[in-house]
Amino acid sequence: MSLDELYRQVILDHYRSPRHSGHIEGADATAEGQNPLCGDEVTVELRIKDGAVTDAAVRGRGCSISQASGSMMADKIVGLSLEDVDELVHRVKRLLNIEPGDPGVDPERPGAALGDLEALAGVRRFPVRIKCADLPWATLQEALAGNRTHR
Amino acid sequence: MTDLSHLRKDFPILEREMNGKPLVYLDSAATSQKPVQVLDAVDDYYRRLNANVHRGAYQLGEEATDAYEGARAKVAGFINAASDREVVFTRSTTAAINHIGYGWGLYHLKPGDRIVISHMEHHANVVPWQLITRHTGAELAYLPLTEDYLVDTSRIDEVVDGRTKIVSISGMSNVLGTIGPVAEAVAAARAVGALAIVDGAQLVPHCAVDVQSMGADFVAFSAHKMLGPTGVGVLWGRMDRLEEMEPAEGGGEMIRDVDFTESTWAEVPHKFEAGTPPIAQAIGLGAAVDYLSAIGMDAVRQHEIEITRYALEKLSEIPQLTIYGPMDPAQRGAAVSFTLGDIHPHDLATILDQEGVAIRAGHHCAKPLMRVLGLAATARASFYVYNVPEEVDTLVAGLHEARRIFGVA
Repeated sequence: MSLDELYRQVILDHYRSPRHSGHIEGADATAEGQNPLCGDEVTVELRIKDGAVTDAAVRGRGCSISQASGSMMADKIVGLSLEDVDELVHRVKRLLNIEPGDPGVDPERPGAALGDLEALAGVRRFPVRIKCADLPWATLQEALAGNRTHR
Repeated sequence: MTDLSHLRKDFPILEREMNGKPLVYLDSAATSQKPVQVLDAVDDYYRRLNANVHRGAYQLGEEATDAYEGARAKVAGFINAASDREVVFTRSTTAAINHIGYGWGLYHLKPGDRIVISHMEHHANVVPWQLITRHTGAELAYLPLTEDYLVDTSRIDEVVDGRTKIVSISGMSNVLGTIGPVAEAVAAARAVGALAIVDGAQLVPHCAVDVQSMGADFVAFSAHKMLGPTGVGVLWGRMDRLEEMEPAEGGGEMIRDVDFTESTWAEVPHKFEAGTPPIAQAIGLGAAVDYLSAIGMDAVRQHEIEITRYALEKLSEIPQLTIYGPMDPAQRGAAVSFTLGDIHPHDLATILDQEGVAIRAGHHCAKPLMRVLGLAATARASFYVYNVPEEVDTLVAGLHEARRIFGVA
């Protein structure tokens, strides 16, 4: 049944026990995202060293999809190079049908494999919820864009 | 129970299915569904009567004008206005309140003056006043809520003080369902010579309203929440207040004479209806008013008290469900806000949608109220004339399904 596909155990687990939900003092990149329609909020903070994300904090309040997506994102990006993060963002957006193409793994970039994030595929059948899943990722992109501008 | 189920056949949309289930529409506080009588009136205007109003020197234009002005007369009768001319057609409740702000507030407020609203207002009765305080230097003050989700009027005389020039209050909250203390607000405004405004967006569709006995200066409401079309609202004003109000918008139809630098205005209400008005929509509203009057507003209210009582009772039985609003149906309308355990309202809406149940989830355009409640969002089920108790049962079953999916004990 499609609802159980949307609300997979891994989603509910991240919703109830979000990872990396702390605060990074003096973060290298930060952005706040909001979905004014439903009021969901996400703050993304990144520690970046030698072209890689060495720590991430994602806090917010909102629905299970937006919050689980943010938690899984934080879990996933810590330790990735900025190039891999970029690749991962586009892969997730392809998974969510936001960008065209196949989200499948690029053998050249195993670091950007989706892993648990594949659980987000359930939202494709719920178009109004795609924005929820995308909120942390759009906010991450904004944080990284800000980081690039500053350098 | 007051049985209005025979009305359902008038609403074609209720025959639809959503996700393979019969549509259970519980979002009438956002917008109501439309009966064929309203659809036919709009259709008939476009098919037989379409011409601009107050312009054509030909019969068709005259017939269109008669239909449009006829709708005004119907609305005036519906709210017992002293004169048809006290009914101004606007775009919406929002536009009507903005019109008071920019047509009256801008000309009468000065730094230090006060505008009083309550903590349960819709953004339509918050943001326009914030804009007006920016222009005038006036300040915004709030009537708080009691623990029982009523507007606290115990210190209304302190809040509505000598500096107060406007008291604007919701007749019925779109979130809590709470019926606003209109009589107290009007009395407090009167005592200090302030303008009394009622945001009637939720009140007028659900309760009999007599603007003369209500005693306010202005009442704003929308057609689309009372079985009518989108795109038209009403600003009722007492004639002396309408006479002293300036137009907030200029353009065609609202003038007497236009010179190169100055213009003079048409008579009330036309001086507030710049441009081609929402003619078809106003005629549709006239049909909606006829439809509601045929049911009788007392029967509408009685049916809502009963279905709300049933909903409050059934929802209260669900473990970990919290209702935000008065529990006495006599103190409230048929919009019921709630949360269920740690399930986000947005998730509830998705799960219910799979059962064909349409509810609203979010801040309901009342973020100051959400801050007061300490919530980011609630789920809201709202009922109207076409809803039946079985739909409450479907809602409840859907909420149990949500509990199963989220593992809420």
